[in-house]
Amino acid sequence: MTPNVYMYILVMALVTYLIRALPLVLIRKEIKSRFIRSFLYYVPFATLAAMTFPSILTSTDMLLSALTGFVTALILAFAKKSLIVVAIGASLAVLIVEALAGIL
Amino acid sequence: MKNTSLFKKGLIDGIPIFLGYLAVSFAFGIQAADIDLSPFQAGLLSLLNVTSAGQFAGLTVIATAGSYIELAVLQLIINLRYFLMSAALSQKLPADTPTIHRMGIAYGVTDEIFGLSVLADGPLRPAYSYGLIVVSVTGWVLGTVLGAAAGAILPHLLISALGVALYGMFIAIIIPPARDEGPVRITVFMAMVMSSIFTVLPVLRNLSGGMRIIIVTITAASISALLMPRDIEEGGDEQ
Repeated sequence: MTPNVYMYILVMALVTYLIRALPLVLIRKEIKSRFIRSFLYYVPFATLAAMTFPSILTSTDMLLSALTGFVTALILAFAKKSLIVVAIGASLAVLIVEALAGIL
Repeated sequence: MKNTSLFKKGLIDGIPIFLGYLAVSFAFGIQAADIDLSPFQAGLLSLLNVTSAGQFAGLTVIATAGSYIELAVLQLIINLRYFLMSAALSQKLPADTPTIHRMGIAYGVTDEIFGLSVLADGPLRPAYSYGLIVVSVTGWVLGTVLGAAAGAILPHLLISALGVALYGMFIAIIIPPARDEGPVRITVFMAMVMSSIFTVLPVLRNLSGGMRIIIVTITAASISALLMPRDIEEGGDEQ
């Protein structure tokens, strides 16, 4: 193992922190531009959607269980269940499908 | 609400993040131990970075003894989405929020904490953020250390099932507003389709996961902002 592992950790931490801190510290005023405000409003939805799909399909051991988990999460979220219910529900769905697949 | 009750509300709202992080960081801890990081080093890495994709990618650089520059650029690209999220959060904070609190909140800008913070009703209070951050980071560091220390104890079936938990959380954040607001629905759909295209098409699929997310986010959010701009309500807090 490289002796510089702590330097690696510090470099990563510094870069990541600056990315997070600069906008929060520097942007103090309410942004007036209608475009930028709308853009920032849509950012989280676009980011989380892009992170979720299609990555969720390869997040488990098999496509079928991942698909089942995905659909389960969609249904629960559509019914406005809480974060924890959706997360655990999706995991349970995956668990059930994979356990069944292991038996069959 | 008073600061202590806001803090408590943050702690409670953050429990699903705690559980999701526990699972994901457990997997991270296993991988960190795999390239000979000690549980302490792995835990420190998690405590100082709190970034799933960035940390996983960072391990490959550390494992191959890559340069600091390479590591820095990689983190910059993968974590650039936090820049957009922090910019969005800056609009959610009361304008008179002191610098020290802005710097404190910045530490905990992750996909999940951001998702809860930005969609919470009303302006964002630092005490609420700190509650979210404390409970989430606890899960993140704890899972990392446990994973690094005890790697193969958890049955594989369980790890596979927990792999979907984090995505379940993302879905729980974006689907309810998508159900109620057409423009959000279109944005979510657009981003998922673009992300899929980027994952399969030649050349495009060679982009790193972080780069793909940045391009998809900027494109989808720009298109939505151009075609479906939101009305500005005076006084700040739409939603």
